[in-house]
Amino acid sequence: MTGQVLTGTEAHVVGCEGCGLAQQASPAQHDLRCRRCGLPLHFRKPDSLNRTWALLIASYVLIIPANLLPVMKSSTLTGTEDDTIMGGVIYLWESGSEVLGAILFIASIVIPLSKLFALTYLLISVRRRSTWNPKKRTQIYRVLEAVGRWSMIDVYVASMLTALVQFGNLMSINVGAGAIAFGAVVVLTMIAAECFDPRLIWEATDQTQTTTDSPKENHAV
Amino acid sequence: MAFKSLLVCSECDLLLREQPLDSGNMAICPRCGHVLHRYQPEGLQRSLVFALTAAILFVISNAFPIVGLTSQGLESSTSLLGMVGSLFRDDMTLVAILVFATTFLMPALVIGALIYLLLPLRLGYLPPRMAAVFRVMHLSKPWAMVEVFMLGLIITISKLNALATVLPEVALWSFVCLMFALTAAAANFDPQTFWDQVEKLE
Repeated sequence: MTGQVLTGTEAHVVGCEGCGLAQQASPAQHDLRCRRCGLPLHFRKPDSLNRTWALLIASYVLIIPANLLPVMKSSTLTGTEDDTIMGGVIYLWESGSEVLGAILFIASIVIPLSKLFALTYLLISVRRRSTWNPKKRTQIYRVLEAVGRWSMIDVYVASMLTALVQFGNLMSINVGAGAIAFGAVVVLTMIAAECFDPRLIWEATDQTQTTTDSPKENHAV
Repeated sequence: MAFKSLLVCSECDLLLREQPLDSGNMAICPRCGHVLHRYQPEGLQRSLVFALTAAILFVISNAFPIVGLTSQGLESSTSLLGMVGSLFRDDMTLVAILVFATTFLMPALVIGALIYLLLPLRLGYLPPRMAAVFRVMHLSKPWAMVEVFMLGLIITISKLNALATVLPEVALWSFVCLMFALTAAAANFDPQTFWDQVEKLE
């Protein structure tokens, strides 16, 4: 990769995140809107690091009750049973559906946790102005943004079972409080990923590169 | 001022000059690998066809029960909105809202917006408030989770199989088709191609 790169910020050009139109603006301006589709334009997402941290910390707190409280309560004639997320995974695994158990384990345990850790790492690396492999870090961001939605599986499973298994005293299944916390974790981490601006990853690299030639090549309109 | 010949990468802020693309090719940021856009001149038509298909499937998926259950003389079945209703009755309002938004409201907004934008364009005129509808679609897309719901359904069915006889109903099959139609409609919609078409008509 050559050292001569021109960023949109340096050239005072900003691209619309929705329709892609590149348009001239000053990075100092606020409340910019895309002239074509009207979405807000940002050279950097507003208050990105603070907002992402806030949502991330809330998710760290909520992931504890999400895993400790039952997401599902089953009551039968013989008694009641509370199922946490991990309990549901173990039940599937032991009842012979290893593949589905593994899918549920990845979606409900591995994805939320790795999403939290990866976002934390990205935030710290930006704060410390790391120049280590920005491309790899952008890929990490891309993956965590794409996989977050799959964590919703367990909320749907609990909801569907609640709707179907309502046979009074004989047997009924109800959604437990853990599902609220878990749903909140999924939503908050999705918003957190949306608030994080991957362009911040590249800032440290961009600023250490000294452009010897004026990069007219990129300017040409 | 807007620059038609420039692209700015939304993930690493690199400024790029737009190269003419062959049909079906993608513009990829050379620095971070982000897919900037995909040029598919026929994509909008395909997107419209899939969106219309998705609209029909959406109605079917919500008009009929998804799965039924029988065990020792007991029977039950539920539709998507029935599921939301039982969550409400259970005082799980937040979960009910979350499930309703991600499986009903947001997919409906995406399908509706795609048809609203693409059908008039196909017929050669521009509907009012296009920009606002485009924004609604852009913002609701990440929250439409039909494909995740489908995987949840498969797991539900496999859990219930141990307890009772599970009867797949009409909406289950139409949901599977809806998942594919919605994904195809969204994947074939390239915003740049769309706005280029709009400007040609203006």
